[in-house]
Amino acid sequence: MDVNSPTFIFLNAFLINNFVLAMFLGLCPFLGVSGKIKTAGNMGLAVTFVMLVSSVCAFGLNLLLTRYDLEFLRLISYIAVIASAVQLVEMAIKRFSPALFRALGIFLPLITTNCAILGLALFQTAREYNFVQSLAFALGAGAGFSLALVLMAGLREKLELADVPSVARGAALSLMIAGLLSLAFMGFAGLGG
Amino acid sequence: MSEKPFSDIRMETFTQGLWKDNPVFVMMLGLCPTLAVTNSAMNALAMGLATTFVLICSGLLVSLLRNVIPKQVRIASYIIIIATFVTMADYGIKAISLDVYQALGAFIQLIVVNCIILGRAEAYASKETPGKAMINGAGMGFGFTIALLCLGVVREIMGSGTFFGLQVMPDRFQTWSIFVLPPGGFFVLAGWLVLFSWLQERKVRREAV
Repeated sequence: MDVNSPTFIFLNAFLINNFVLAMFLGLCPFLGVSGKIKTAGNMGLAVTFVMLVSSVCAFGLNLLLTRYDLEFLRLISYIAVIASAVQLVEMAIKRFSPALFRALGIFLPLITTNCAILGLALFQTAREYNFVQSLAFALGAGAGFSLALVLMAGLREKLELADVPSVARGAALSLMIAGLLSLAFMGFAGLGG
Repeated sequence: MSEKPFSDIRMETFTQGLWKDNPVFVMMLGLCPTLAVTNSAMNALAMGLATTFVLICSGLLVSLLRNVIPKQVRIASYIIIIATFVTMADYGIKAISLDVYQALGAFIQLIVVNCIILGRAEAYASKETPGKAMINGAGMGFGFTIALLCLGVVREIMGSGTFFGLQVMPDRFQTWSIFVLPPGGFFVLAGWLVLFSWLQERKVRREAV
């Protein structure tokens, strides 16, 4: 498969180099919001949505900055654009779909400080993706994030009843599960990394 | 706290971040860079120092501007201040060592969204004097660096048999490459957390007896 084809970029971000489990982006929500499958799914949806929007914004912005030789402003402008994009998305969802807005709740504004979003924008710039490739990358990253979050939530729901030594409860246990998941995802490297 | 001499208070704001409120092991903040760049001790040290630099500088500036920034736009202003210093650190590292810069990759720029820094700006620097804010930032930064080194050293020794690039393990030692791969990061951090909570539990039990 061609390394630069949109399909491969999607698969790469989705499974092979999963954003959470292989690149360690967006760990805070991954460990914080993965208590229940339902909230995890909603969070994944919101993040994917914001990723698509900010990927498009970052692509346009980068063209503009490169044209005027202002690359040193990249970081500041990206973070400002992401913050405003999140705000815009929040207002739009509130206006057009109050049901979805209620479902996402507090997670929407918190997405601004999710490093997966800024990481996506920075990686797509560093790898010089074109517009279609950027979109595929954003979709793959969002889907990968959601998949990891839902898997983690499912495991944690099951483990609620398990008898774990008291020293390993809480964060340490979550990290061990995450490590095992990450180990499992390494198997996807065979798809051609 | 008011009856203590000033130097004591200063020492306390510094050591608080080092151990008692260690950003990684106690507060579980800034986990993304913690796990992503600690596959060697050198990367961990560079990342820790870059974060410390941003923490101290942004603490100073946020504290100096604490009466100027309107409350409604404070988070946005903090982020802009932080992003400025991160850009400086980014170019600085690129100038000092290109190898480290390439190894850390986008993670230097991702210091912007490290919750430790925004958390310090919001919870401490925006309320305290510049001097105290800088000391607190330095304490947190060194606490973060120590935590990164804890992970980086273990992962490098087990995963590649080296310590800051020097061979420490005998030649016969079979390297556990899982430690430098992503799952190793999760496992080593989980291991440290278990160790600390075990020590804590033992202390509580001894005090009870």
